[in-house]
Amino acid sequence: MSLLEVQGLEARYGLLSAVRGINLAIAEGEKVALVGANGAGKTTLLRTIAGVHHVAGGRIVFEGADITHVSAHRRCASGIALVPEGRRLFPAMTVEENLLVAQSAKREGPWHLESVLEAFPQLKPKLKAPAGELSGGQQQATAIGRALMTNPRVLLLDEVSLGLSPVAVHAVYESLGALLKTKTAIVLVEQDLQRTLDVADRIVCMLEGAIVAEGRAHEMSREQVMGHYFGSRTESTAQRATA
Amino acid sequence: MIWVNQIIQGILLGGYYALLACGLSFMFGVMGIINIAHGSLAVVAAYMLFVLADQFQVNPFIGLIAVVPIMALVGWVLHRLVLERSARAGELVPILSTFGLAIVLDNSMFTHFGADTRSLAPYIGTLDYDSWTLPGNLIIGKLPLITFAVAVLLLGGLHLLLRRTALGRRIRAATVDPDTAQLVGVNARAVYAAATAIAMVTVAIAGAFQAMRATFDPYIGGQLLIFAFEAVVIGGAGSLWGTLFGGIVLGVAQSIGAQIHPQGFLIAGHAVFLVILVARLYVTRDMRHFFRLFRRRAV
Repeated sequence: MSLLEVQGLEARYGLLSAVRGINLAIAEGEKVALVGANGAGKTTLLRTIAGVHHVAGGRIVFEGADITHVSAHRRCASGIALVPEGRRLFPAMTVEENLLVAQSAKREGPWHLESVLEAFPQLKPKLKAPAGELSGGQQQATAIGRALMTNPRVLLLDEVSLGLSPVAVHAVYESLGALLKTKTAIVLVEQDLQRTLDVADRIVCMLEGAIVAEGRAHEMSREQVMGHYFGSRTESTAQRATA
Repeated sequence: MIWVNQIIQGILLGGYYALLACGLSFMFGVMGIINIAHGSLAVVAAYMLFVLADQFQVNPFIGLIAVVPIMALVGWVLHRLVLERSARAGELVPILSTFGLAIVLDNSMFTHFGADTRSLAPYIGTLDYDSWTLPGNLIIGKLPLITFAVAVLLLGGLHLLLRRTALGRRIRAATVDPDTAQLVGVNARAVYAAATAIAMVTVAIAGAFQAMRATFDPYIGGQLLIFAFEAVVIGGAGSLWGTLFGGIVLGVAQSIGAQIHPQGFLIAGHAVFLVILVARLYVTRDMRHFFRLFRRRAV
């Protein structure tokens, strides 16, 4: 049984349809990568699943319960966490306060302040520093740590490497390594295609708000994904595999 | 020594203004809402204490034990029924809706209690006029000193609440970015309702001290709002310790104004407010622009 199921999901910005008829099922512990060009609807899809963007149609089912119209904080409390694009930290609050505020979700689990600092050791010396004064890599680590503090069953990661130096990206992914081995399901939106293929179990390609292809990561080549990414290949890998 | 005495009286009066203003500042800082009914709600609390004192012989300080939670509940309901709904319609709508609420409250109190002025001073013994005389004939009133101490304690308490508690962290997070706060499990609606309840606790205390130190009537809320608003603007909107500073500046200005001319009390306060408002709007902006240019050239 799927942990998270998205059925015919629609999301709009005014009259503009940003996400169209998305069907997606994510199993416990599965690592799914969403790839697609800018404007493909990846971020909107994650925001809609997390509850901060209005659902225009379709359903979202989590652990068998319909959460389509459940508020974002309740979704977080039930185990869905989003690391938003651009980190969205609370800049005047310290790193420690940014992490502790996520305890509002009140979920039991392995993640608490000590375990997060163990996973992201670069944050230890910055614990009392305002989050707005951190480097990009440290901010991203704080944003991921903050989401982990809610002890999620599904972690939605939106553009974790955006705007970071290669060294910072490496450090963030190194810290994510331990997380990737856990039972937490991850939906990852990432521009770095090679990293995506390395960490994901399944690749889902989006174009103009719809899923155009999906398949197991080890069955898809970089070229195939690039083809779907730019919309030059319309045949689904899954369909091709079936054929 | 007369001037020193006036400055001391002004500082103590500033404590009262800070007490009056801290709820207004807190609500603006957390939710960006200017509560025009702030003064009227303080008068509501004063009438509650008056009824307890007049009908049931309850000392106003003891009466606060009952009135503070009632006002907190009023705050919660006010947020859920009025502020939350009106805030969804834009920044100006809460101003209009709280203005309407102020009119309803003022006229309801007038209907129920009439136009007579009341005071809680007769119910607090000699505290209203007791004072210490210091060397140099400096006079420190006991009630003004208690008011000032309560203002400092209340502002300190709010500061600690925001900095040291889980609720404070949630309030600060929801203040900065309510969407992201929700993403980490913060119920922004409940946080805002709690913040309004906290603001109403301060309003209840401010209403009590207003009624103890002076008289009140159903229509005095507007005047209280003006003083509170001036203290908030002078001290910097949303800044708690700035509110204390703003209250003291306003109090000292009024006190010195009264010493210069019997009618100078209100005029001096309003004049200082206007000067600081203009300075905030133009001078600081120009100064910031100047320093930005200077820095750019230096680079």
